[in-house]
Amino acid sequence: MQADLTVILPEIVLSFYALAALLGAAYTGQDRMAGMLVWLTAGLMTALALWIGTTGEGTRTAFDGMFNDDGFARFAKVTILLSAAAVLVMGQEYMARRDLLRFEYPLLIALSAVGMMMMVSAGDLMALYMGLELQSLALYVVASLRRDSVKSTEAGLKYFVLGALSSGLLLYGASLTYGYAGTTLFSGIIEAADGRAPLGLLIGLVFVLAGLAFKVSAVPFHMWTPDVYEGAPTPITAFFATAPKVAAMGLFARVVHDAYGGIVTDWQQVIAVLSLLSMFLGAIAAIGQTDIKRLMAYSSIAHMGYALMGLASGTVFGVQAMLIYMAIYVTMNVGTFAFILSMERDNRPVTDIMSLNMYSRAHPGRALAMLILLFSLAGVPPLLGFFGKLYVLRAAYEGGLAWLAVAGVIASVIGAFYYLRIVYYMYFGEEREPLETGRSPVQWGFLMASAAIMLLGIINMFGVEGMAQAAAATLVN
Amino acid sequence: MTVAAISFYLFAISLLTGGLLTVISRNPVHSVLWLILSFISAAGLFVLLGAEFVAMLLIIVYVGAVAVLFLFVVMMLDVDFAELKAEMAKYMPLALLIGIILLMQFGLAFGNWHMADGAEGARAAVTPEGVENTKALGMLLYDKYFILFQLAGLILLVAMIGAIVLTLRHRSDVKRQDVLAQMYRDPAKAMELKDVRPGQGL
Repeated sequence: MQADLTVILPEIVLSFYALAALLGAAYTGQDRMAGMLVWLTAGLMTALALWIGTTGEGTRTAFDGMFNDDGFARFAKVTILLSAAAVLVMGQEYMARRDLLRFEYPLLIALSAVGMMMMVSAGDLMALYMGLELQSLALYVVASLRRDSVKSTEAGLKYFVLGALSSGLLLYGASLTYGYAGTTLFSGIIEAADGRAPLGLLIGLVFVLAGLAFKVSAVPFHMWTPDVYEGAPTPITAFFATAPKVAAMGLFARVVHDAYGGIVTDWQQVIAVLSLLSMFLGAIAAIGQTDIKRLMAYSSIAHMGYALMGLASGTVFGVQAMLIYMAIYVTMNVGTFAFILSMERDNRPVTDIMSLNMYSRAHPGRALAMLILLFSLAGVPPLLGFFGKLYVLRAAYEGGLAWLAVAGVIASVIGAFYYLRIVYYMYFGEEREPLETGRSPVQWGFLMASAAIMLLGIINMFGVEGMAQAAAATLVN
Repeated sequence: MTVAAISFYLFAISLLTGGLLTVISRNPVHSVLWLILSFISAAGLFVLLGAEFVAMLLIIVYVGAVAVLFLFVVMMLDVDFAELKAEMAKYMPLALLIGIILLMQFGLAFGNWHMADGAEGARAAVTPEGVENTKALGMLLYDKYFILFQLAGLILLVAMIGAIVLTLRHRSDVKRQDVLAQMYRDPAKAMELKDVRPGQGL
């Protein structure tokens, strides 16, 4: 037990912090403490990320294999914690100014991060489900945090109902898998399903994948994404688009390789179809959007399609490509949402794309940073986003899915249209009443840093490539 | 016939009768009472199986709390069950159709269901010799599945925080009771005694 507890020490620290801060804030300053708690939570998350990233070594399991601490889990955890901390800090000023900064908000995010850390470390179907629910339940609550707004409450309710449905699918699949294998441990399932997939296990696999596809918002399980992204307050949308996506994608990779690793060809085709549909729907449906938050929702659907493409190859390199893609995607999204958070007029947030007309004249620096980010999101060389796409395309090609890689290139060309349209508005649009920008230096800092990473990262990707390779090697064997 | 066999048939028959009457009683209050009977019979069956902890749980939690709650809901809320049933009847053909399709699919899927080698052995959780099953359950919950148990606790905590965050409103425009202020109120300052003469106002 002692040894088991040391393995999950980061999770314990974060949970205990959340409990202590909850009690402390409830008995003292309540919502007046919220601003400080945001910084404290973000600081703790960053510290934990550094701790996990620098000290973790080798592969350890705890609780009879229910919890894995390996390179893959550590890579995903560092990405999750850093992006969650960045989004928390970035949205603090926005939330405070619109009277949304409740002291529970950073703590719910912290508890949801605990759930995400459990997800990427799960070694058992039950642990997987517990982590997933802890994560999702906190997200349902923060989605409807602006409870006076119909759209925000609708977003929360929609997310909750569809999330419950997807949990049901996942549980059904998990029970069928258990029915076949006789154990919920991943190590037991992979042993039982060695190379052949009887009908029961196959149906279980499909249901589990459907439940997970909902969490990464892959087509055809994406319906909730645009409405939830639009309805939730912008800092929370930024959170939805970053850390939970990494966690869900990490869980996806964990389940298909650790539990169903013996029947690669069976899940490969499912993921390839999910990937294909997501890329095309994300690229085409975003064209008609006028709200930048809805546009980012479709953009995230398309990006999940690319990340799934890496996974679909079923190789070590595929997992590495997926991890690199997710790391780059999260960095780009943090910058882009820092920009969206700063869009306002008369102290009210604006999300209409047309309001960006001739933005470059008033704010050349910000416009340039956003231009770099949008080019990177579209995958224009030589920016970092292009290299992310290159990795997954190569993984798909080497994994024998050349048709998927070709489709990915076509979808990326279609998708480039709507990113470039924003750039067009910013630089050549017709003159309208200008947009103000937020006064928060934090948002400016994240926007600039993210754009700089997109430019400078092409030199050596800050070593992420090697780390992702090491991480992927511990997952697939 | 042994005592155990007699009591098995007794409990089993009353369980089935209770379940059947729960569904077909016209009066919802009677339904709940029949439900309680079937819970108690099921608890008896658990005792016969040697699972006394689950039996007690069934009686304490289901009969003691859940069924009584049902009873309250049925008695307090004026739910028109006849209308609900009529509503149900409207969708019956469609529901039956979907049910039959699902049944056929399950039949197709599980017609050739088989398990992995050794799955049955892996699934069996035998109570260790000489340990009563409350203790055995405790060992599972608090030792083997410790982390899952704690995570379930965190999930419930998040649900509670969520309910409070989304519903609690601190209204500043209402008067609240301040007990200390009431107790330390000085009558001499708060009241003024006037001697009003008859026939004259103040």
